[in-house]
Amino acid sequence: MTLDPATLAAILAMMAATVFTRLIGALLVSRFVLTPRVERALTAVPPAVLMAVVTPTAIATGPAETMACLVTALAALRLPLLPAAGGGVLTVAVLRAAGL
Amino acid sequence: MKSDTVRRELLEGTRTIIPLVLAALPIGFVFGTVAAGNGLSPLETVLMSALVFAGGSQFVAMDLWTHPASWSALGLAALLVNLRHILMGASLARSLGLFRPWQKLATLLVMADENWALAEARARQKPLTPAFYLGLALPFYCGWVLASLGGSLFGALLGDVAVYGLDFAFPAVFIVLLMGFWKGRETGLILAASAVASLSVHSLVPGAWYIAAGALAGLAAALVAPVRQEVAA
Repeated sequence: MTLDPATLAAILAMMAATVFTRLIGALLVSRFVLTPRVERALTAVPPAVLMAVVTPTAIATGPAETMACLVTALAALRLPLLPAAGGGVLTVAVLRAAGL
Repeated sequence: MKSDTVRRELLEGTRTIIPLVLAALPIGFVFGTVAAGNGLSPLETVLMSALVFAGGSQFVAMDLWTHPASWSALGLAALLVNLRHILMGASLARSLGLFRPWQKLATLLVMADENWALAEARARQKPLTPAFYLGLALPFYCGWVLASLGGSLFGALLGDVAVYGLDFAFPAVFIVLLMGFWKGRETGLILAASAVASLSVHSLVPGAWYIAAGALAGLAAALVAPVRQEVAA
């Protein structure tokens, strides 16, 4: 078990960066009274982040991923989280096995 | 809160996160494998997963790794990759009314895309409790750290996780959660803005910038969108 000083310093620097980003947003919000407009904008954050994460997979990765995203979205209209997401994983596995 | 309520919330949180823990295991394993390939010892790998606990920036760090490691380059990269946390924390903070100050601190320190998204989704339906969040965060944290250790020790044994479709578990869960955030035309505008920004930045800029770009574009869209409720009232 080795622990290189430069590696430890890098890990600590990365930790400092993520602690900062994780805390600062909540800290800023608690310092100010939010206007309805800002409140509304913050409410947009969860769907906007999720959409940003998903979009390249849905559109720019491959036909199997695009199809699986569609299947998942349609399944989500009727099914709870686990079966809907499971359907997506199954779809992508089958389509990839089929060579798509 | 009564202790049986606490236990129920804890179990509910755990049950909710389990699929994502299972999906994160192979990814953590891959991280450990890559880290071992970069010359990180199992101890160093586990320390990084436990202290940084941010998959995106850990993989970016593996891309940028040098010998000896450059703390400034890696710290800056982690900062940039995780800028989205600022918005995520600001949004989640509004749902932490039942949390004591130290619980808020702990909540934010282990905030990751997965447990954050599930916590936000929960908060839309019921008040978010510390026990539910602990149920989400603890298995996910332990799974990530242990999986990176496993990858560091036994990395060469697992093949490409993409073969099993497990890598798709994250987008799939995010899509299901995303559908739950739909609230009509205004949401459509936010999602369209986020999608366009994400896709453009993804195709032009390497790295995880596209997530922050999409988040900011969605935020901007919500800021400029006309407020229909006020017109109606």
